[in-house]
Amino acid sequence: MHGTRWLAIVPFLALVVGPFFVNRVTPFILGLPFLLAWLVAWILLTSVIMAVIYATDPVNREGEP
Amino acid sequence: MNGALPFIAAAALLALTLGFLASRGKDMSLEQWTVGGRGFGAIFVFLLLAGEIYTTFTFLGGSGFAYGKGAPAYYILAYGTLAYVISYFMLPPIWRYAKENRLYSQSDFFVRKYDSPALGVLVALVDIVALVPYLVLQFKGLGIIVEIAGYGAISSTVAIWIGAAVVATYVMVSGVHGSAWTAVVKDTMILVIVIFLGLYLPIHYYGGLAEMFTAIEKAKPGFTILPEHGESLWWYASTVLLTALGFFMWPHSFGSIYTAKNAKVIRKNAILLPLYQLILLFVFFVGFAATLQVPGLTGPNIDLALFKLSVKTFDPWFVGVIGATGVLTALVPGSMIMMTAATLIANNLYRTVNPSADDRQVSLLAKLLVPVVALVAVFFTLNGGQTIVALLLMGYSFVTQLFPSLVLSLARRNIATREGAAAGIIAGVATVAAVSLTGTNFHTLSWLPPEIQDLNIGIVALAVNFIVLIVVSLATRRAAAPAGVAAE
Repeated sequence: MHGTRWLAIVPFLALVVGPFFVNRVTPFILGLPFLLAWLVAWILLTSVIMAVIYATDPVNREGEP
Repeated sequence: MNGALPFIAAAALLALTLGFLASRGKDMSLEQWTVGGRGFGAIFVFLLLAGEIYTTFTFLGGSGFAYGKGAPAYYILAYGTLAYVISYFMLPPIWRYAKENRLYSQSDFFVRKYDSPALGVLVALVDIVALVPYLVLQFKGLGIIVEIAGYGAISSTVAIWIGAAVVATYVMVSGVHGSAWTAVVKDTMILVIVIFLGLYLPIHYYGGLAEMFTAIEKAKPGFTILPEHGESLWWYASTVLLTALGFFMWPHSFGSIYTAKNAKVIRKNAILLPLYQLILLFVFFVGFAATLQVPGLTGPNIDLALFKLSVKTFDPWFVGVIGATGVLTALVPGSMIMMTAATLIANNLYRTVNPSADDRQVSLLAKLLVPVVALVAVFFTLNGGQTIVALLLMGYSFVTQLFPSLVLSLARRNIATREGAAAGIIAGVATVAAVSLTGTNFHTLSWLPPEIQDLNIGIVALAVNFIVLIVVSLATRRAAAPAGVAAE
């Protein structure tokens, strides 16, 4: 298993375990209640994490069909 | 005749036309019809996988969920995102195996991996029982949308018949190519409409997002966070995990993996799909905006929130545009479900009974079965009462039961035997059925701590499934061992 692949655990921690610590209405962030803002931020970061995994994963270089 | 109808009619016509054109220049063999000749690039695979997110369930149900229950709706954002993270690792090996073995359906995958046509029949049956209520839900949504957005000019019954006829026709002609082409239009429209509604409605009625959420918090304190009991944090976490695992077990989503040209297409989509999931945020905004503007919808009627608010806010012609988008969210997933169900019956039930059937016969039978599947779904839509709703709730839990034996089969050395896989699936499905039909949940067991009471009961079915799978696999492996190498 390639090194950066382990980053895939982070979205699970942030989106499943995270809400236990951030289940609150305030402060509002960009107009969103805090819990919703937390989830939205981590969905954006999940996309970034998947991009990092994709870019560093050797299976996506040539050789792979 | 009113301003809305021409738009809705145009959407149906456009779907039909595109659906027909999609087959041009292709010889519609089973390989082309059901898995697009395994030649789809990133955009089509993206749209087929995304088609799962934007069904009538999310369009009506997502906004309705936020309207009626508030924060618990957030789970939909989270589970889809996590399902795409899983997809990066789980789908490429499935795709490769399917290509090497020329598989057409999810059931085929189990037949090959476990070398057992009987297991394939079991999986096909579970799939079909889960798919039909899903199709019924699309038709029901279609009927509601046309009736409300058309201001009652067309009854929902007429709309359902027309919708079913349109989809069945283009699926017979073009198969998955038709679904992919119509998905292009559907997703473009839903993107524009949903983002517009999600931004416009909060500003129009409240002056902005922060103002809207402040007003909601004042009227209903705690509505935008998870509650202490019931749909609590424990409910959220268990439901997100369970549904993320079940996401790709839907046979039509599973089948859309097969259409990919290569594995990179699938991995690349795992980057983009979480962003696409965020469109649901705007669907939630619509539901939240409706909470204080069109109050009073309860029970299943919460699903009407989006259209009730739209009718209150906009001119008929624009309600028609929203209605047209809604119609497409029913037709595109509907087309994939019909095709998948027909392929399963022809390829995995009929071919098992009659192994001498060749690809031509199976392909012809699958196409002929499309209108039959459509008729069955229309029948249940128009006549089914509560039973169909109960079946639908079970559907997701049913297909999730395929997860353990599927994931284990991807390992280099599969610890599950075919008997173990079958016993696990049967035990899991039986648990789901027993729990759903008797209305059992952890809340009826008052001696449990409240955290456990709130857990999604589906966890139990999956645990039962897994334990039975392991025990039976160990037993059958040991029984086979003294007989020597026969098992290998």
